[in-house]
Amino acid sequence: MLCDRCGENEASVHLTRIINGQKEEIHLCEDCARKSSKLNSDDNNLSFQSLLSGILNHNFSNQDSSFFSNKNSEKVICPNCGLSYQEFTQSGLFGCGECFKVFDKKLDDLFKRIHGNTRHSGKYPLSFKQKIEAESEINQLKIDMQTAVENEDFERAAKIRDEIHAIKDDMEEEQNGK
Amino acid sequence: MENKFVNSWQMEAGKEKDVILSSRIRLARNLKKYKFPNKSNDLEKNKLIDMLRSKLDFLNDSGFEFYLMSDLDEVEREVLHEEHLISRGHTESTTTKALFLNNTNHLSIMINEEDHLRLQILKAGFEFSKIWEVIDQLDNQLDKKLEYAFSDKWGYLTSCPTNVGTAMRASVMCHLPALVLSGRIDNILGAVGKFGLTVRGVAGEGSSSEAELFQISNQITLGFNEKEIMEKLESVIQQIITEERKSREYLLRNNYIKLKDNVARSFGILKYAYQLEEAEALKYLSRIKFGQDTNLIKENIDQDLFSKLLFKIKDAHLKYNFGNNLNQEKLNIKRAEVIRNILNEE
Ligand SMILES: [Zn+2]
Ligand SMILES: [Zn+2]
Repeated sequence: MLCDRCGENEASVHLTRIINGQKEEIHLCEDCARKSSKLNSDDNNLSFQSLLSGILNHNFSNQDSSFFSNKNSEKVICPNCGLSYQEFTQSGLFGCGECFKVFDKKLDDLFKRIHGNTRHSGKYPLSFKQKIEAESEINQLKIDMQTAVENEDFERAAKIRDEIHAIKDDMEEEQNGK
Repeated sequence: MENKFVNSWQMEAGKEKDVILSSRIRLARNLKKYKFPNKSNDLEKNKLIDMLRSKLDFLNDSGFEFYLMSDLDEVEREVLHEEHLISRGHTESTTTKALFLNNTNHLSIMINEEDHLRLQILKAGFEFSKIWEVIDQLDNQLDKKLEYAFSDKWGYLTSCPTNVGTAMRASVMCHLPALVLSGRIDNILGAVGKFGLTVRGVAGEGSSSEAELFQISNQITLGFNEKEIMEKLESVIQQIITEERKSREYLLRNNYIKLKDNVARSFGILKYAYQLEEAEALKYLSRIKFGQDTNLIKENIDQDLFSKLLFKIKDAHLKYNFGNNLNQEKLNIKRAEVIRNILNEE
């Protein structure tokens, strides 16, 4: 079998992936596989990069032409790193964590195609876990405070308000301590 | 020469080592607010290295050494890559890359690879739960010192959308000579794809069919938790192990002489050759391993020959041990000598 990229050498690196029942195979010679910086020994980015730009371009071609004339979608730019959605479709790489917020609406579709899923269900960072716990505690305290106010127990309401502030301070300290 | 980069983790004991050479888990992590490496300039990347070096200084007390990749010479970097301790990408553009390496536990943390941090652990044999515990704990230690880029919806945020979620890649390196020889390999590996797993042929990072080595890893990182991903991979690998062993038995029953001839010839070549290319050496070593695992070979050979030599006979390892200036011809001669010496020991 000949190499898909140069068409000259015998292909010795074979990549197979199946996503949503679509099988894709890439066969490369050793040289081309080496040259491709995308082929890390611990990753399969090579097949992925070509596939991704396929997905993204496919995404584009599936849209009617109004998508292209829609200037707004081209103007989506991440304020933190300067990556535009347009550039993302070409490089296939996000520029920073903020990109995910900026491109938010387009990403579920992309992740669905890549992973068949759109929601994380694995591990959480410790700070995130603490944040969630702290937030739910604050919410409960706010309800308690409201009840206290309704009962005209202002002393208790003030006490709860201080508790809320203390939790918020702790959270901030935790963030700044890093 | 001091062997601080030659790890030989591959030689340690491990489960199912006749088929599964090694298990690996890699976690990608990025920092909140910082631009990912692909969007950062050299100055920003080096600032990040300095910041991580000081925030993660506790690692020095838990067996890690810190290296700027530019402080290592080319052979040292290649050796680390040949040992699978760093990626190919991490041996390139070295002025903006760094590494924390723990040789005792075969842990590495690559800085400024495709993501800010890539944590990786290796273990000989088929051993996911053990290595998960270790890398999970390391991740938690880092988490305490850093603020990870994380989203409630999409998990750990990574440069490449394929890694988003758990950002975990679990993989095994397996030796499947009987599935290759019996021609069943394509069917089996094709089926593997249906489970959201990826297969790559590996050997000297190139010629797949030569050494009958394959790397199988999870493709999907979003929507399943780490345990589920590992369990799925493990159950598929377990079936591949069973199929490989079945094929070995079948081949032994039906092609005994042919196999014995093939294994014995491989042994003869390695025992007497004076020049060997890397792929060639790997191919014959793979056959000898097959011969040992199936009792086809009666000669008194080190039972761990393959693991012992898998890395040692690679170009950078030879240069590291015998001199940076070896050209390809001299490397081939040296390689044959190293193998000959071991096979003629007793
Ligand atoms: Zn090619
Ligand atoms: Zn961004």
